[in-house]
Amino acid sequence: MFELLGIPPQALFGQLLLGLINGAFYAMLSLGLAVIFGMLNVINFTHGAQYMMGAFAAWLLLGILDVPFWASLVLAPIIVGLFGIVLEKLLLKRIYHLDHLYGFLLTFGLALVIEGLFQWKWGSSGAPYPNPIPGGFNLGFMFLPTYRGFVVVAALVICLATWYGIERTKLGAYLRAATENPTLVRAFGINVPRLITLTYGLGVALAALAGVLAAPIQQVSALMGVNLVLVVFAVVVIGGMGSIMGSIVTGFGLGLVEGLTKVFYPPASNTVIFVVMALVLLIKPAGLFGQTK
Amino acid sequence: MNATRIGYALLIVLALVAPLFAYPVFLMKALCFALFACAFNLLLGYAGLMSFGHAMFFGMAGYFYGHVVKAWNLAPEAGLLAGVAGAALLGLVTGALAIRRQGIYFAMITLAFAQMVYFFCIQAPFTGGEDGLQGIPRTALLGGLIPIKDDKVLYYVVLAIFLFGYAAIYRTIHSPFGQVLKAIRDNEQRAKSLGYEADRYKLLAFVLSAALAGLAGATKAMVQQFATLTDVAASTSGEVVLMALVGGLGTIIGPVVGAFIIVTMQNYLAFTGEFVLVIQGAIFVVIVLAFRKGVVGELADWWKRRQAR
Repeated sequence: MFELLGIPPQALFGQLLLGLINGAFYAMLSLGLAVIFGMLNVINFTHGAQYMMGAFAAWLLLGILDVPFWASLVLAPIIVGLFGIVLEKLLLKRIYHLDHLYGFLLTFGLALVIEGLFQWKWGSSGAPYPNPIPGGFNLGFMFLPTYRGFVVVAALVICLATWYGIERTKLGAYLRAATENPTLVRAFGINVPRLITLTYGLGVALAALAGVLAAPIQQVSALMGVNLVLVVFAVVVIGGMGSIMGSIVTGFGLGLVEGLTKVFYPPASNTVIFVVMALVLLIKPAGLFGQTK
Repeated sequence: MNATRIGYALLIVLALVAPLFAYPVFLMKALCFALFACAFNLLLGYAGLMSFGHAMFFGMAGYFYGHVVKAWNLAPEAGLLAGVAGAALLGLVTGALAIRRQGIYFAMITLAFAQMVYFFCIQAPFTGGEDGLQGIPRTALLGGLIPIKDDKVLYYVVLAIFLFGYAAIYRTIHSPFGQVLKAIRDNEQRAKSLGYEADRYKLLAFVLSAALAGLAGATKAMVQQFATLTDVAASTSGEVVLMALVGGLGTIIGPVVGAFIIVTMQNYLAFTGEFVLVIQGAIFVVIVLAFRKGVVGELADWWKRRQAR
């Protein structure tokens, strides 16, 4: 078979696939962050913890009630989304009138509480989740595990569905209108606070869905979202939170960049996204898809 | 104003006799975090810039100190200097990029840079990776005049460093430069229209804050004789925010109070393991929802109400 710059194609495509999978998670998580920020003006630091809760919900559903993966894919996001709604109703809605900073700090505190409790109850070593679709295809130039391929496709579908829901449906139009001018939308008789609660629930459910998808690939552990959310923040800074499609493209793109770095210069693979962030700040401070202000 | 002076005098007397009835290493650790929190508060409380990555300055300065003193066998003074200079330089580079965005983005960018520094520290050869730098020698200060092997002696050195840092922050806040910072915090557009180059002021405040955080981090490495990954981790960045918040943002003494509260709490709750994090998180939630002014801010308010009556 052919070789590229001395890199065997197996390694190259293997890392590209890994990058694509990471990118799928970046895209789903940054999408949720962007949707929540647009509506609530809060950067949801709890996002990583809610992603972890999604994975845990699936793992517990399987362990205790013997619920299969495919049912968890629906059930876990609903459970965690409801939890998000409770959080919003009890705590978040009290700080909307304050500076953005307080939402950041409040959700940071919540993340500490949630992750701390999970770590206390289940430790931090992590538990395996059985692969729901074992096996794979030999594509000639590489071996593709079926489940990993499924994750990429599923993430794409989820992202595009979210985009469609927000940009092309009536509810999405209300949502965008309420983001622009909540007072005016209220005057039309739309229950904006309920819309806000719903948005938060949906954003959280999206994070949990990503968590369920991640469960068979990664270990289910209390700290699985801690570092991820920090990388996703960088992704959000790079893409800018103004555009839904922007979040999706940036997420997948950065995953690929990370994968390529792993092939050509492995020591930098952890930091490459942050380097990209620094470059973007130099060249286009508002982010690739963001508008200034 | 007189009451403030008496208060400061009492606090200094208290600090001077503290090693008689408290464990000096604990006091020194608290003083390091107090200086760290003050440096953070200089930025958030007076320039309105919320850095969520201050651990990078604190932790990296510890590594610089350790490397200079242990690997190069230089005096602790050189280590402290290296820590401050290194942190200031790091502050200059990250600050120049971060101030290109405002508000919550600024917090996310600093957080991301700190995470980058963290990953760098895991891999870089001079940090000792997961083990960190251990057994940094405590050689005497001032060419052998001050033997800092003795914890009680070192305590007064650390107290002097803390007071120096605190005085520097106090001067900064009460200088014309500090006034401009406050003007920018309150209304950046107006400050700009008055001819102040807001970005330059912000960057200088950022570098100053980074340098002081570096001083705190290097001093901590001198005290504990090690530098670890924990000090560059995001959790440490969160801790310093918590300290400033608990004490009172934008009050000059608040972060000191907050640092002592949090360090004491960690000390007594260490046996609970992960639960310390849960409690810290819960404190965040309660403070943000109910006591946004922090201990010192709320006390000052109560005092004012009393005076008014």
